[in-house]
Formats: sequence, structure tokens, C-alpha cells
Amino acid sequence: MDAMAELGAGSLLLGDPAFNYQEAELNERLKRLYPAVNEDETPLPRSWSPKDKYSYIGLSQNNLRVHYKGHGKNHKDAASVRATHPIPAACGIYYFEVKIVSKGLDFLSSLLPLSPIPGWDKHSYGYHGDDGHSFCSSGTGQPYGPTFTTGDVIGCCVNLINNTCFYTKNGISLGVAFTDLPPNLYPTVGLQTPGEIVDANFGQQPFVFDIEDYMSEWRAKIHGMIARFPIGERLGEWQAVLQNMVSTYLVHHGYCATATAFARATETLIQEDQTSIKNRQRIQKLVLAGRVGEAIEATQQLYPGLLEHNPNLLFMLKCRQFVEMVNGTDSEVRCFSIRSPKSQDSYPGSPSLSPRHGATNPNLHSAGADSPTCSNGVTPPNKNKSHNKYPGVSSASSSSSSSPSSVNYSESNSTDSTKSQPHSGTSNQEETSDSEMEIEAEHYTNGVAENPSARIMNGTYKHQEILQAQDISLEDSCASRQLCGGNQAATERMIQFGRELQGLNEQLCREYGKNVTHKKMLQDAFSLLAYSDPWNCPVGQQLDPMQRENICSALNSAILESQNLPKQPPLMLALGQATECVQLMARVRSGSCSFARVDNFLH
Amino acid sequence: TKCVHLPPEVTATSRHYVDRLFDPDPQKVLQGVIDMKNAVIGNNKQKANLIVLGAVPRLLYLLQQGSSSSELRAECAVVLGSLAMGTENNIKSLVDCHIIPALLQGLLCPDLIFIEACLRCLRTVFISPVTPVQLLYTDPTVIPHLMSLLSRSQRTQEYITQIFSHCCKTPEHQTVLFNHGAIQNIAPLLISPSYKVRMQALKCFSVLAYENTQVSMTLVNVLVDEELLSQVFVRMMQRDQPIDMQLTAAKCLTYMCRAGAIRTDDSCIVLKTLPCLVRMCSKERLLEERVEGAETLAYLMEPDVELQRIASVTDHLVAMLADYFKYPSSVSAITDIKRVRHWTLLIEPSQQHTTLHTTLDHDLKHAHELRQAAFKLYASLGSNDEDIRKKITETENMMDRIVSGLSESSVKVRLAAVRCLHSLSRSVQQLRTSFHDHAVWKPLMKLLQNAPDEVLVMASSTLCNLLLEFSPSKEPILESGVIELLCSLTQSDSPALRVNGIWALMNMAFQADQKVKGEIVRALGTEQLFRLLSDPDSNVLMKTLGLLRNLLSTRPHIDQVMSSHGKQIMQAVTLILEGEHSIEVKEQTLCILANIADGNTAKELIMTNDDILQKIKYYMAHSNVKLQLAATFCISNLIWNEEDGSQERQDKLRELGFVDILHKLTQASDPNLCDRAKTAMQQYLA
Repeated sequence: MDAMAELGAGSLLLGDPAFNYQEAELNERLKRLYPAVNEDETPLPRSWSPKDKYSYIGLSQNNLRVHYKGHGKNHKDAASVRATHPIPAACGIYYFEVKIVSKGLDFLSSLLPLSPIPGWDKHSYGYHGDDGHSFCSSGTGQPYGPTFTTGDVIGCCVNLINNTCFYTKNGISLGVAFTDLPPNLYPTVGLQTPGEIVDANFGQQPFVFDIEDYMSEWRAKIHGMIARFPIGERLGEWQAVLQNMVSTYLVHHGYCATATAFARATETLIQEDQTSIKNRQRIQKLVLAGRVGEAIEATQQLYPGLLEHNPNLLFMLKCRQFVEMVNGTDSEVRCFSIRSPKSQDSYPGSPSLSPRHGATNPNLHSAGADSPTCSNGVTPPNKNKSHNKYPGVSSASSSSSSSPSSVNYSESNSTDSTKSQPHSGTSNQEETSDSEMEIEAEHYTNGVAENPSARIMNGTYKHQEILQAQDISLEDSCASRQLCGGNQAATERMIQFGRELQGLNEQLCREYGKNVTHKKMLQDAFSLLAYSDPWNCPVGQQLDPMQRENICSALNSAILESQNLPKQPPLMLALGQATECVQLMARVRSGSCSFARVDNFLH
Repeated sequence: TKCVHLPPEVTATSRHYVDRLFDPDPQKVLQGVIDMKNAVIGNNKQKANLIVLGAVPRLLYLLQQGSSSSELRAECAVVLGSLAMGTENNIKSLVDCHIIPALLQGLLCPDLIFIEACLRCLRTVFISPVTPVQLLYTDPTVIPHLMSLLSRSQRTQEYITQIFSHCCKTPEHQTVLFNHGAIQNIAPLLISPSYKVRMQALKCFSVLAYENTQVSMTLVNVLVDEELLSQVFVRMMQRDQPIDMQLTAAKCLTYMCRAGAIRTDDSCIVLKTLPCLVRMCSKERLLEERVEGAETLAYLMEPDVELQRIASVTDHLVAMLADYFKYPSSVSAITDIKRVRHWTLLIEPSQQHTTLHTTLDHDLKHAHELRQAAFKLYASLGSNDEDIRKKITETENMMDRIVSGLSESSVKVRLAAVRCLHSLSRSVQQLRTSFHDHAVWKPLMKLLQNAPDEVLVMASSTLCNLLLEFSPSKEPILESGVIELLCSLTQSDSPALRVNGIWALMNMAFQADQKVKGEIVRALGTEQLFRLLSDPDSNVLMKTLGLLRNLLSTRPHIDQVMSSHGKQIMQAVTLILEGEHSIEVKEQTLCILANIADGNTAKELIMTNDDILQKIKYYMAHSNVKLQLAATFCISNLIWNEEDGSQERQDKLRELGFVDILHKLTQASDPNLCDRAKTAMQQYLA
């Protein structure tokens, strides 16, 4: 009967908004207490388990209240219930509290961090209210703490770093009760006499004991341990490794001048030659500016055969190009643009602008293609974060660099045509691309004074600020977004390009067989045309300039790979490895992972 | 030269440095001072040489000259600061050269760099134990000026607060600083971006609040950046804060609590300060921290049984304290850490060799400090609660440790051990068991033979408890010839010792046999007994009356004592009943009369004394029931039927009008008094 009532109550409450609110609050609190726990793998205890309990135990109030309903004649009538899940090791430090609502006649209440279903007594640990003794693995009780009774709040803290446990009474720590605890403990309570009622708090309410203060001590301890990790004689080695990491990172993302300056300051060598770095940088900038057509062009010209050998990459690029055409950013549609007379007006002035940026004013950060580059350098892991900052940027880069872009394009074309040597072509591009490298110049000035590891972060941070500033000034320009910049000829070109893309897909299907990813990509891209306002449609996400980053880094990696260079910078590898290691620690039940999280060291 | 012990080449270079200070070219003088600065850093020998060669007065002269450039003056202050960093002898020499007034004068200069150099040097001088702190307070304008300099820079803040916290040693100092706005000026520094400033400001508050109600009451209402000061202190006690900060913040809250500014049941005391102090006692902490933590905790909970109960279950504190006795043993690692920490406080590592020499003393001192701190904390823990006392005595080797503590060479340890013993001796159960098993009376007796007054007070007070009639130690103590010793205590100038002496005698006389009583009277001497009956301290008087009452119990004893000392006793009783004394004293005196009235022959001393009878009559009609009861008891004893001559006494007392009074008292509202009067009346009816 009781069991049914419980279930009924439980299902009723599911739809209760107040309950949902409490649930959300609990989730938030648990997330704050145990940030390292991945609940998909190891769920946290949230209530007593209606399944894992003795029949003498009754549950109520969302399975948080426990009452005794047996005879309570002797010790054999003792009964217990455990929580729904064991304590995940990634908690580092786990804590729960129990309030004694009502004490029975012959009171015996215990907290057993563990009790697997068969044999409640083996490997169980408890603190008994009637005599204040602690019980370990069904052995005889040891004098431990004071007795407890109605109104007292008893807490149990499991330290998964040193595998100890202590209890609290009314917010006061009673000292270590057990050491060498085994893994996979369950919060448990045991009752023995009729009338006994206890309420659990797994985080639903603020705790009486200041567990966060206790955690802060261990966090400081672990951080101190990491900071003071002895490296002994290998100091010089470490420095070289760190310098290499910074250098390769800069090179990977094409921060050419910064990388050069860093190499000079640290007296190290850069593997890749300057021209190659700058070429990659230029291509990346084009992709990030949404000028994918030009990027493809440049790639084909600088790395002949690369895209031919990577048809998937080429297809991805083309798809993106299509999206950018819809967006009105790709140069194939941009050249039709009669969008504003202003851009026409500025057209003649633009060529003279470029050298000015590059040569004389390295610190000037006017709106330009640099901003996305910079974010590209650092944001891949957290690309969703700055999501809403981007629309402004995209228009910023597109509007301000629209004119020079076409100039660049024609210029590189013309050099190509006049001088057949690819080298002279690249050298010319170098000049022009310099105009877009304010970001790099700025890194250079930033970088030299600061320590290498902090630099990258500094760079990003700063640029995000700048981006925000641009947001405001550019709002009006992005208010009137139109398909392909609102130009009829451009729209026609876009449709034509779409057909070509469709053709390419069919060709690839014939050659390599069906590709679900491609199909989906194409569908998504074409779906944009089905809406009057593609930017505010279910597939409008694609138009977000953030989406350029994946394809950009894929292209960059492909180029590097073709040059026999690592496709990922070692810094990112190390970061990834550290993150993996910490997750692995959680799986092998090393509690300190809770306070050694990689995010704690990234600012 | 005078310093024959200096190698000539060393003196020559040193002399050269000093000579350059006298160069007529100010530029060369400046260069000379700068060179001297570089030469003395970290070089104690050089510092000593320069002091011996008279560099200090010259530097002070240059520093004070208005004609000196501000750069030169600042450099002089820096060199002096460096010299002060050396040995204690250096500091003494500097103070003897009147460096303090000169530097304080220098603080009036507007140049911040110079001010900071002066303050830094002053700081170094004032934190030395050899500098008399009073020198800070001689000129009344100094403190307000220092307060005004607090706003100048983080350095001035750090140095000034450090000077204050070292120079605030008496309630007068606290008042001076308080009156000059120390609280308002220093409170904002608690949230300074500089850790050093925050720390020194915190230390200031701990010394200002110590046993000072005025300061503490003001502190609780102070807001720092819209946050209550107590909450700022609580934040500073967070477990991830540096230990020094946690401990000092806990001290501040402890002192505020003891001064009555924060309730003992306030959560910031119960859930924050107390647990923080318990943590300071843990094995992981450095020795100094463990000592300070234990002493502060003992002080915090001394008057409050609830805090004692909480502390007794917090983090196994009672067991944790047992570790305090395991030093020194394989702890050199800890000392090393401590030493390293010391260095970080010093800007120049110039004291290295002196400290290395004293390492052994250092360890020994720590062992003493740890033990006395543990004893103090045990004493505080066990002062009220019987269960806690039991827990303490059951701690491993606890009684043995106390016993050996009583005979340690360090007075501090002996005092703390006897305090602990005293606290535990309030337990009837412990007196009967562990105290007897470990024969604690033996070392206690030894301690009483030759000890400073403060130890004697505690020891004799403990002895009082050991002499209670149910204590099995009473017999052996009696046999050890303690009476002479106790009698000599009653002649002490200290009222506490007189009380304890007479109290012990009183306990000893309780239900004692004739021989012991006789010995007490003989040893004390009637003269001393009557001197104590006119003692200005009412506690002494009460216990002396108590002793008399115990001596005058059981009929044969009463008659014997009264036959030999009756006259003086009756005189003393009369005097007390006539004098201005408390109800308790008069009640005790009337009880003595009642005892006398119980004797066979002694009765007559009352019956023949009309004055006393009148007094008894007076007290039977007194407004205080206790006195009425005692007086009625006395009459009741006099008219008791079964004794010889009871008829005559009854008749005489009837004539004197006692029957009427008794009759009236049978109607009294107090049931005891009423019963007593009825019983007395029945003697007439029989």
C-alpha cells in the first residue's frame, strides 16, 4: 500500500511546476558542487531508491523522507534504504545531510555510505545515534562522536581524494570516522524503531555544514600540488617544450609576425617557412571573411592538387561558398553588388588604405577581416559561447573589406597573368595580405612583453572586446540583410552555382558512392532558399559566420598535412590530452580530478 | 682602535665607508651612503663594524640636516633600516643613538620615498623585542600623524599597521590608538589589494580588541565596503586563505566574543571561529600555529559550557591534543619548514647563523609551548562538563602527562598542568578514581613547597578539592604533613592564597577526628585564627567561619575546643554579629552558635552571655528567613529536653521572651522555619 502511494505521489509531482522549479534549482546546485561530474556516465544521488530498500522502510516526499514501519522489536528488525546512485568519484568531495525529524523509542540510526543490495552489513559504514559509535563493515562499534536525536542534522562527507569519511552534527565536523574507503559508496540510512522519521538533503536545501569551505581547502591543496609539481633538473627541457608549443601554435594559425618575433626572442627556429605561413593565413582569412570562392581559388593556385585529392573538403568548401552567396559575402555575388553607393564611392580609396594599415600603423584595429581570424585562433573549443557576438562581425568584415577584396582578387589575378611564376604571385599577395594582418601586428606588440602562455589568451580576450565594440556601430548595416545582397544578377549567379554544386555532388556520388553527410549538407544549404528571410529560419544557423570556423580549420589542417606538417598544433593536442586525462581520472575513481580541471587553468 | 677583535683589514674598509660620510662634497657623500648600503646588505659583520665605528650618529645627522638632498636623506634612512635588520645588539645601538625620535621627525617631511624609508626602519626597530614600545607614545603628536600617513601608499599602510600591532601592549595603548581613530583608519585596509597590508591590518585589530570591550563593541558595527566587519573576518577564515590570516581572523572574533560584543551562540563563533581554531590544532599545522590555535581556543570557550561541549566533539580535538605531547620526535622537518617561513618575513637573511645556533633551544621551547598550550586547552575544555572531563582523563597517558607536567622545569608548563589538574579535580568521580590511582597529590605537594604565587594559587585550589572528605587522597595528604604548609598560606599577602589555605583547612577539618582538629588549631594558632576572622576579604572570612564550624562539630569536640578557646570564639562571634557583614557571613556565624549550643558544657557560654542571647533573639525576628532559621536552631539546641539542665535553660529563655517569639514563628510562612519553631515549642510541652 505504501509503495503505491509513493509511486502515485511521485508521478503527480512530476507535472508540478513548483517541483520542476525545485528540480532546476537542485540541478544547478549539484552542478556547482560537483562540476567535474558527468551525469550521463555517473548520475548523482538525488533521492532514496524505492527499489533498494527493506520492506520495513517507507518513503515519501519525493523519496526524500524515510520512515520506519516495522515492528522494531530487536536488532533483526533494523532496516535501511540507499540512494538511487553511488557517489561518483569525480565529485572529489561528496556530502549529504539527514535531519532527524522524529526519534523512535530505542533509537538506532546510522548513515552508511555504502551498502550494496546483497548483504547490507558487509562493507557498510555507519554512525549510530543511540551510542555515538561508528560501525565499519559490520564489526563492533568504536566510540566516535556524540549521540544524536530529534532535531539534529547529521551530515556525511566522503572525501574521494584520500578515501576518508567524516560526519557532521549540526554543522560541526566530528573528525575522520573511516579511512581507506572502497569505491562506489551509496548514501544510506538505517532505522530500527517505529516512529522514526528522517529527511534527506542531497543538495535540495543549503547544507548546515559549510561543505563549500571544506572543498575550497582541497581545491587550494590540489592546485598547490600542481603548481609545485617538482620538475627538478628538467627545467630547461620544460622551457624548450613550452616555447615550442607556443611557437607551433602561432605558426599553425598563421600569426606570422608574432611567431617570428617569438622565435627571435626565444632564439628558436620555425619549421615552416614564412611564405607558407602567410599563404595559409591569407586563405584562412578569406574563409573567415566568407569569401570562400576566393579561398578555393587561392588554395588551388598555391597548393595545386590539394583540393583534387580532397574531394570531400572541396565539396564542403563549395557548400559553404553557396551559403556565403546567400549571405551576400562571397565575392562571386559581391561583385554584382550595387547595394550602396557608399561602397562604390569608397572603392577608389581602398587600395591606398591597405598599405597604410600594414606599413605604418600596426596597432590600428579598424574593422577588418582580422577579427574572425583571431577568434579562429582560439575559439574552436568554445565556438558556441560568443555566438551572438558574431553577426555584427560578419557584416563588419564584409562591408569594410568588400572593396579591397575585389581589388585583391583582380590584383592577384593580374600578377598571375603578367608573371607566370607562382612565386612572384605569392610575394605580391604577401603585400596585400599584410593589409589584413593588423591582428598579427597587434599580437606582436602584445606578445613580446607578456609571457608566452598568457599571450594567446590575452589576444583573444582583447579581440572579443573589440568585436563587441564593433557590434554597436554595425547594427544598422546588418539590419537590412537581403538574399545575395539584394542583387538580381547575384541571385541568378547563386542559382547557377547551386546547380553546379548539385552536379558536383552527383559526380562525387558516381565516383565514390553515396555520401549521407554531403546530401545533408546540400539539403541544408538549399533549404535556405525556401525562406523569405533565410537569416531567421530553422536552417538560418548556417549563415552564422561562426560556421566558417570548422571548414576553415579543416582547410588549414589539410594544407598543413599536405606539407607534411602536423595538422593540429601540439598545444591543442596537449590541452585535449589533459582534458582526456582528467576525464580518465574520474573513470578510474581518482577523486582529485574534481579540483584539477583544465578549465580552472584557462582564463 | 677600540675593537681589537676586528681583523685590521675589515676595520680598514669599514672605516673607509664611514670616512666617506664626512666628505665635504655632498655628491660624494651620497655615493658613499649608496656604497655603504650595498656593502651592508646581508652582512652582519659589516653592520656591526659600521655601528662600532660610529656610522649611526653621522647617518642620523645627515638624515636630519635640512640642507641634505632628499635623495641623500632617503638613502640614509635605507642604510639605517638595513643596519636594524641585523642582530638585537644592532637595534640596541640604534635605539641608544636616539634613532626613533629622529625617524619620527623625518615623517613630517613631504617626500614619500623618504617617509617610506623612515617607516620601514622604524618598523624594523619597533618589532624587535629589545625596543621599548613606550617610545612610540612619548610624543603625543606621533600617533595622529601616523594615522594621517595611512592614506599615502601601500607601503606606509603596511609599515604603520605593523608598528601599531607590535606596539599595542597595554589597555592604555589600545585606548590611545582607539581615540585617534585607529578603527576607522585601519578598517578599509582589510580589503586592500596587498596581502601584507590586509594581514597587518588584521593583526592590528586582534591586538586592539584583546580584552577591550570598548574596541570590540565598536568593531561589531563597523562596515567595510558595506559588509560587516565580523563577516569580513569570517571570509578571512575561509579554508583556502593563508593559515596566518585564518588564525588571526579567528583571534579577532574570539576577542570580540570574549569582550561581549558577539554572543557565544552566534553562528560566526560556533560554526566558523571555533572550527577554525580546532583546525589550527591539527598535526598538519606548524608548531606556532598549533600553540596559538590551542591557546586562543582555550580562551574562547573558557566561560561557556556549550562551546566546550561543541569543541569536545569537533574533529577529535581531545585526541588531537594528545599529539602535543609527542614533540620533539622526528619533527625536525616541521622546524625546517618553520625556519624557511621565518626567512620569508625577513628582507635580509642576515640572522641565519644566530638562528642555527639556537635551533636546539628553539625545539625545546616549542616542546614546552606545545605542552602548556595543550594543558590550557584541556583545562578550559574540562572546566564544567563531567563527560568531557571523563573523556580527557581517558585520553592516552593523560594523568601521567599531567603528573610529569607538574614537575617540569618550565614554570609555564607547571602552571598550565596544575590548571588542567584543577579543572579535572572538580569531578567527584575523577577524584575518587584517576586522581587517586595516579597519586597526583604527591607532585602537587611538591609543587606547593616552592613555586611562584600564580602556581601556588592553582595548586592550593586543587588541593582543596583533593581534601574533600570523599577523596581517597585526603588521608595520604594528611599524613604528609600538609597542615603547616596550609597554615603558612593563610598568612600570605595574596587574598587568593589565604582563601585557598583556609579553605583547604576547612575541608580537612570536615568530619575529622579529634587529633587532626587539634593539630589544625595548634598549627594555625588562635591568634592567626582570629586575625582571619577579621580579614578584609569576605571569602577568607567565610572559609574561616566554615573552618570553625567544622572544628565545632560533634559534642566532645565542641566542648573541648570551647573549653580552651571559648572566650575568644565568643568574642569573635559577637564582633561579627555586630559588624557590617553579608547575610551569608552572619548565617554562618549563627550556625557556629548553634553548634556551640549543642555542646554539653559549651552551652553555658551562651546561656551566661545575655548579650549573645539578645542577639539571637534579634535574629529570630530578622526579616531574612535564613538568619531566623539559624537563630531558631540555636535556641532549639539550648532548650533540648534530654540534656542536663534543660529545665533551667527553658525557664530562663521563657523569661527572656523566647517562647513568645517561637510561638509567633510557628505561624511563619516558611515551612522550614515553621517546623523548626514547632519542634522547639514541643520541648516546653514535654
